[in-house]
Amino acid sequence: MGIWQLLSVELLTAALGLGLLAVGLLMPGRERRGLAYVATAGLMGIAAVAWAMREAQGVVLNGYIIDPFGTYFKLLFLASAVLTCIASFDYIGRLPRGEGEFYALLVLATLGMMLVASAGELITLYLGLELMTISLCILVTYRKGDMKSAEAGLKYIILGALSSAVLLYGLSFIYGATGSTLLEDIGRVVAREGVKPLLGVGIIFVLAGFAFKMAAVPFHMWAPDVYEGAPTPITGFLSVASKAAGFAAFLRIFFGALPASHGLWAELIVALSVLSMVIGNLVAIPQKNIKRLLAYSSISQAGYLLLGVVAFSVLGVGAILYYSMIYVFANMAAFTAATAFFNEDGSDEIADFAGLARRSPLLAAVLLFSLLSLAGIPPLAGFVSKFYLFVAVIGQGYIWLALLAVLMSMVSVYYYLQVAKAMYFGEPPAGRAAVRVPLGMQVALVVCLAVLFFFGLYPTPLTGYAFNSAMVFLGQ
Amino acid sequence: MEGGASVAIFWLLAALTVGAAVAVVMLPNIVHSALYLVLTFIGVAGIYILLEAEFLAAVQVLIYAGGVAVLLIFGVMLTRRGHIRQSNPFNSYHVAAGVVSLALFILVVLALGRSPWHAFPGPWPEDTVGAVAEAFLGPYVLPFEVAAVLLLVGIVGAILLAREEKGEK
Repeated sequence: MGIWQLLSVELLTAALGLGLLAVGLLMPGRERRGLAYVATAGLMGIAAVAWAMREAQGVVLNGYIIDPFGTYFKLLFLASAVLTCIASFDYIGRLPRGEGEFYALLVLATLGMMLVASAGELITLYLGLELMTISLCILVTYRKGDMKSAEAGLKYIILGALSSAVLLYGLSFIYGATGSTLLEDIGRVVAREGVKPLLGVGIIFVLAGFAFKMAAVPFHMWAPDVYEGAPTPITGFLSVASKAAGFAAFLRIFFGALPASHGLWAELIVALSVLSMVIGNLVAIPQKNIKRLLAYSSISQAGYLLLGVVAFSVLGVGAILYYSMIYVFANMAAFTAATAFFNEDGSDEIADFAGLARRSPLLAAVLLFSLLSLAGIPPLAGFVSKFYLFVAVIGQGYIWLALLAVLMSMVSVYYYLQVAKAMYFGEPPAGRAAVRVPLGMQVALVVCLAVLFFFGLYPTPLTGYAFNSAMVFLGQ
Repeated sequence: MEGGASVAIFWLLAALTVGAAVAVVMLPNIVHSALYLVLTFIGVAGIYILLEAEFLAAVQVLIYAGGVAVLLIFGVMLTRRGHIRQSNPFNSYHVAAGVVSLALFILVVLALGRSPWHAFPGPWPEDTVGAVAEAFLGPYVLPFEVAAVLLLVGIVGAILLAREEKGEK
């Protein structure tokens, strides 16, 4: 396959993003609604292209790796971007301006994530990560005039810059210790000479930078405030896609290029995982705001995903791939439902969800099942994905870790069901009409539910794809 | 260049860079800090020249010392309210921050001291500008283009955030 063909997904995404930006400037204000449809259709088209080349393998130029592992993550980013677009129609349409730029930035953030997932070279990786972070920073502050959104943007940009600086410092150490920015060469040098102290410091810095993107404890402090202040669809995008990009880059560097350094960071990952699961789940319990609740739940999900890293095996990587895809649909469904509710009532407080089941059975059902999937209740897909992660760590002898994870999942059922209790047993406030859900959103929500049920009952197609990608990735 | 002289110049430049950087953090007046930042940038440019990367040094002076620092001072001028003498205050964490920074510094120095270095592989390029250009538009064309998109996103974001709403004033 030629260069153009291998790069087609990235090139199309870049063209779509830049095209939206240009067309958005030329269009008169009222017509800009159409851009949302163009963005959604375009992203779906690109997803079809990515699906067509799911088996493609090759290296472009200086270590830009196209392989099933990277393409899996690209499909994941595209799926979450499509769902974010659909969730944004009404929410962003109500803001005074900047509709055209919103979708362009969303697409370009997706492009950044794709570059991260495929980068086999440190400079490309860093620039992809920055493209993602800067685009997301702007999207987070999109509710201009709202103090919380401004605070979220400021926190995200300062802490994001700090984490980028730490990451970059770490990358410079890795370059200094190995003499190359190409992951392939770095891997070769490390396999030959072992892990030198300088490389060790570099690895720890890089680890901290990625843990920030994944929102793993103790690098999570930005997440609740930023998630609460950002526009709700962007919160969803941030929680699924930015996290997945962090994991993609982590796996690419540490599993792909530096397996020789495993002994150095294995214990660190166990600590990150335990802290994320325990603190994320326990702090989620007293939350009153649905976005803060989902923020802490997303921190705990990072802890579960890290179990796959702890396992350090094909099963572990496959479980991470499967889990993150299911997580996209569960979390995006929850955030889309929260967006629809916010569009109607203008509130994110869980107390205001009282009686939602009577005002909109669809929203209540979607929220209930997506939260149950996040908690890992059968027959939803979240159960299967957690099951694989737990099996992967038990296979490596970490039985206590799996037990802790199961225990924490039980804790999570409690706070997820608090929301369900409000929706199904609370009294709706008097005089409130039914919640109106636009058709596009209804379709997206039903598709998410269908995915959660289908892969919960019959996970083989997706697990097969995930484990194959993991096997090709680890060369086994 | 003679080995001893080169080492002496390096330490001089390093002392200048680090000293100016400390002044940036410690001075109470943010305009003074910005001016010391220019000195830091020039010190780094000197180190580039020492490494025979003249083009990089020129770019460093033009963009960082010339562009970024001046923009910074303009930004301070246009946004600053209140007294300029106390415009770069410390928060209450300076002791903790000092201890953590010192620990990190010792850790990094120890790691540096215990690791052998990789010398530059292959011969020095005769023409550094040409080599940089060939790298940008050759093997590194992908990150080069991504940087272009990244800058575009930055500009769009700055306009979006800074532009006044119609109904605002």
